[in-house]
Amino acid sequence: MAGLAFDISHLLAGGLVLVSFMLLYQDRMIGLINVFALHALVLALSVAWQANIQDAPHLYITAAIALFFKGLIIPLTLRRIVRRLEIHRTIETVVGIGPTMLVGMGLVALSMVVMLHVTAQEALLVREDMAFALSVVLLGLLMMVSRRNAVGQVIGFMSIENGLVLAATGARGMPLVVEISVAFSILIAFIVIGIFLFRIRERFDTVDVHALDSFRGDRQ
Amino acid sequence: MIAAIAAQTLQMLLVVLLAPLLAGLVRKTKARLLRRRGPPLIQPYRDLLRLLRKEVVLAENASWLFRAAPYLIFAVIWVAAVLVPTFAIGLPFSVAADLIAIVALVGSARFLLALAGLDVGTSFGGIGSSREVMIASLAEPAMLMIIFALALIAGTTQLSVITQFMLSPEVGLRVSLALALIGLIIVAIAENARIPVDNPATHLELTMVHEAMVLEYSGRHLAMIEMAAALKLVLYISLIACIFVPWGIAASGASAAALAIGLAAYIGKLALGGVLLAVFEVTIAKMRVFRVPEFLGAALMLALLATLLRLVSRGF
Amino acid sequence: MPAALILYCVGALLALAILAAGIARRRVATPIIYGTSLVVTLAILTVVLSELLAGAQPSSITLPLGLPWIGAHFRLDALSAFFLAVVSLGAAAASLFALGYGRHESEPARVLPFFPAFLAAMNLVVLADDAFTFLLSWEFMSLTSWALVVAHHHNRDNLRAGYIYLLMASFGTLMLLFTFGMLAGPDGGYAFATIREASRSPELAALVLAFVLIGTGSKAGLVPLHVWLPLAHPAAPSHVSALMSGVMTKVAVYAFIRIVFDLLGPPEWWWSMVVLALGGITAVLGVLYALMQHDLKRLLAYHTVENIGIIFIGLGLALAFQANGLGWAAALALTAALFHVFNHSLFKSLLFFGSGAVLTSTGERDMEHLGGLIRFMPQTAFVFLVGSAAISALPPLNGFVSEWMTFQAIFLSPELPQWGLRLLIPAIGAMLALSAALAAACFVKAFGVSFLGRPRSAAAERARETDSFSLAAMFAFAGLCLVAGVLPGFVIDGLSPVTQSLIGDHMPMQAARPFLSITPAIQSHNSYSGLLIFIFVTIAASLGAYFIRSFASHKVRRSPAWDCGFPDTSPVTQYTAGSFAQPIRRVFGTMIFHAREHVAMPRPGDTQPARFSVTLRDLVWDVFYAPIGVAVSFAATRFNHLQFLTIRRYLGLVFFALVFLLLVLAVWQ
Repeated sequence: MAGLAFDISHLLAGGLVLVSFMLLYQDRMIGLINVFALHALVLALSVAWQANIQDAPHLYITAAIALFFKGLIIPLTLRRIVRRLEIHRTIETVVGIGPTMLVGMGLVALSMVVMLHVTAQEALLVREDMAFALSVVLLGLLMMVSRRNAVGQVIGFMSIENGLVLAATGARGMPLVVEISVAFSILIAFIVIGIFLFRIRERFDTVDVHALDSFRGDRQ
Repeated sequence: MIAAIAAQTLQMLLVVLLAPLLAGLVRKTKARLLRRRGPPLIQPYRDLLRLLRKEVVLAENASWLFRAAPYLIFAVIWVAAVLVPTFAIGLPFSVAADLIAIVALVGSARFLLALAGLDVGTSFGGIGSSREVMIASLAEPAMLMIIFALALIAGTTQLSVITQFMLSPEVGLRVSLALALIGLIIVAIAENARIPVDNPATHLELTMVHEAMVLEYSGRHLAMIEMAAALKLVLYISLIACIFVPWGIAASGASAAALAIGLAAYIGKLALGGVLLAVFEVTIAKMRVFRVPEFLGAALMLALLATLLRLVSRGF
Repeated sequence: MPAALILYCVGALLALAILAAGIARRRVATPIIYGTSLVVTLAILTVVLSELLAGAQPSSITLPLGLPWIGAHFRLDALSAFFLAVVSLGAAAASLFALGYGRHESEPARVLPFFPAFLAAMNLVVLADDAFTFLLSWEFMSLTSWALVVAHHHNRDNLRAGYIYLLMASFGTLMLLFTFGMLAGPDGGYAFATIREASRSPELAALVLAFVLIGTGSKAGLVPLHVWLPLAHPAAPSHVSALMSGVMTKVAVYAFIRIVFDLLGPPEWWWSMVVLALGGITAVLGVLYALMQHDLKRLLAYHTVENIGIIFIGLGLALAFQANGLGWAAALALTAALFHVFNHSLFKSLLFFGSGAVLTSTGERDMEHLGGLIRFMPQTAFVFLVGSAAISALPPLNGFVSEWMTFQAIFLSPELPQWGLRLLIPAIGAMLALSAALAAACFVKAFGVSFLGRPRSAAAERARETDSFSLAAMFAFAGLCLVAGVLPGFVIDGLSPVTQSLIGDHMPMQAARPFLSITPAIQSHNSYSGLLIFIFVTIAASLGAYFIRSFASHKVRRSPAWDCGFPDTSPVTQYTAGSFAQPIRRVFGTMIFHAREHVAMPRPGDTQPARFSVTLRDLVWDVFYAPIGVAVSFAATRFNHLQFLTIRRYLGLVFFALVFLLLVLAVWQ
């Protein structure tokens, strides 16, 4: 597990963090969906490499699921939704992109410090992969919190799940059953969200969640 | 001793002679990719000779600073380009400056150019200078953080020693190196006024940064400034090559055969860099001016992330 | 013996102050006072430099003044010698500058007596060896500089600046009073020698550090205690501004170094985090404030704040390394900070002299009314350019050397074991890099808008070159900037006795290195040679010029500037200071200063012009000081009731106070 194999797993895990930062950086809808497809691709590569070095063939199926569903089906569906709802706009953020990325940096530092202390007994590769995975989860949460647009929040939610898959494969304890059930539930959740987006758009003519606030009943 | 001095002199001449050729290669490749024939490869040499023969047209209130700046800018960038290892490392003058000093020399050239832009007192020069210092205010910190990341990995800021370290087998594929490479490419694009940060072929005030500062220059002054811009491109491509693609570079005090291999490798790397730059410029559109700080902020974040990872664990 | 010599010179300065009070109204007073102070400060400089280079033992002297059981102790050791050199060099240059500048002084009676007194006070602070002398000299320094700030008292802004300065200075002295009280302990050993020997608990040391940071930081200009600096420094006459920015802030840095590195004993590692964080924030905020200014002297004053931040970053790194026992790295960081002290006093004084020359020549401090001065004041423009290049840390000048050394110290941070430091130092490195890049932008703006372009007002068109004394002072400092940049090894070797006395280690000797390059540590491969860079750039420029002269056409033709077919003869259409800073204001200022741009458009058909305005909020003032002001006036209105009590109530107050004190006494037993 020395040398090159170590470095490639690191590179792929670090690459996933890098693509999460790219997700934070995007300000156009189509760009966001493309980068999300890239996110799924890098995840698939990382899981495939883990399957290679851990000698765990069931992880290849995980990689294939990630690539097929999250790299192809979901981005294509999102593009269709975006075209149908006619939201080709830029994505507005709550704070500017610069401060968002600064906060992202802080989150990465935080997850490094936390994970490297918590997993003090494990092997070095596992600890650092866990740290990267927690970073991806936190960056996905940051994306959900800092985007005003529902599609942006959906993609943030998906990237959280990618981070969890990375963590699970790194921890060498991901049975296939768990992966299939998790993927399935994510798919169901996605279909439900898609239906809701259509209904919201039909009723209120917008998917900007900030604008939806004004329709809440208990606001004066 | 004599061989070292000869190699150093060869490097001084080489960068000056190759710079217009590189500019010509980039232009030709871009034209080919856009299904045009494009100007011949040696066209920049012809342009420079033509500019040298023309008279200089000075604005009525241009000062001595305006007239002296092109010479100083050219001199500073030439010195910086000579200090970056191209085909051999450990040349005698490399003790004069490490990576921080080279970046600061490029900063001096930018300082003088921004002042020259303000000298005549027109709006074009002002717009160029103010945008240039805004871009520099983020590109320089990003560059310094990249140097920090490299210094943490290689243990030094002296370029010859960094190259030697990168050639050794203990370096491996590091995440922080990958992040530093991406950051360096972004900073190089910003510093050389290339698409997507600036368009080197435009004269519309909405899109000019570098061209706006040099708008008043003509004749031999303009020739020196264009030469300096081409030298800067050579500097940055040599920098990326000697740190991240160091194979083929000759060690200090090597034989003539090794130097010849180093020379061939260097010219190949320059050509490859030029072609990749042309492909990149053709595929991407120019950004809005106020998107550039976010772009460079991303480079700063990447470099900061690389240093953070490196400080957290040696394994990164 | 050397300490006694310097005390004689200080006595001469005090006598000069008294003399000036008498003869200030005469025309001959200005040359006499400034000329004599020039001679005296040069004498001090000579004594101190010979001390520093000879590496002699510290010499002390006790005078029977002051408190009867303490006396007044004065001591000249390596640290005092270095800072006295900085003080005297700045003072000598200011006196030389004032020989020419002082002729235009409208209120000589309010400036001439206090100038030598100010110089004397600064020398006394650096020489003081016990707490009483120190605090007395510190207050004397604040009061004399206050008097100089309100010299032009007809201007209401100067009065307000003086008022705020007095408040902050008194607050700072109060904090220093507490510091020395805690350092001296219950036994009351006020001499520095006694304080050095005493040991104290870590909590007490931490409390002392907090008070020292506030006390000296308010005088040096650390954020958030910097608010008086941009008001007071521009209000004083220009040679005094140069002294206050270039020299008095360094005296505050001396006080910090003396107390924290010398008197307080071995540091804790977490102290460095506080100092580093404060230094980093100060550096970035200082330069961002400077970029938003269009008054030349205020820009320079805010920029001083940034450089103080850089010095404190160096000091914080030195504390971190020293607390972890890495003496060689601490020596590097401390030398970098001290080198920056020297450099900043050089180029900031030079820039203030330049702005003083512009002020006498045009009567304007506002950059929006200047422009094109390079044609009317070519020599001032040249030295201002050298100063701007030096302060922007461009090689081969001196600003780059201290910045290079600070970065080298930051690159040594992986040696530190503590997590907090490892995470903080990359952020501090990024802040330092950001402030350096923004400083270059700031001085492109300052030089470009004031000296280049076309004159924006009639005052700028009438400008003439200043007198030869001012030019001599400015050229001397510009020359020193170049020399210190090209031969930095000698300065570093000169600083080694200082770091040796403070932390017990010093940087490797630089004088014997190849090409006079400097290197941060023995085991490091990094090196920088200012001399080689200077020679290379000169040779390259000559080669280029020779080539051009041989092969290119020599013809030059003057014509109007290219105007795209729309000739704009009015100089108002060129870039102003505000428009130059607009991109940076939009990127950084929107969050930090709440910079908002308003365009008030008239209705269609209305012939009024549209108005464009920019509003900036000083968040430090709004968050820290405005609430304090509100609280103080609230308390004052409440306590006002005490003015109108009846006699019975007053008697009751006295009675209750007495009873309370007796109760306290009873409980304490």
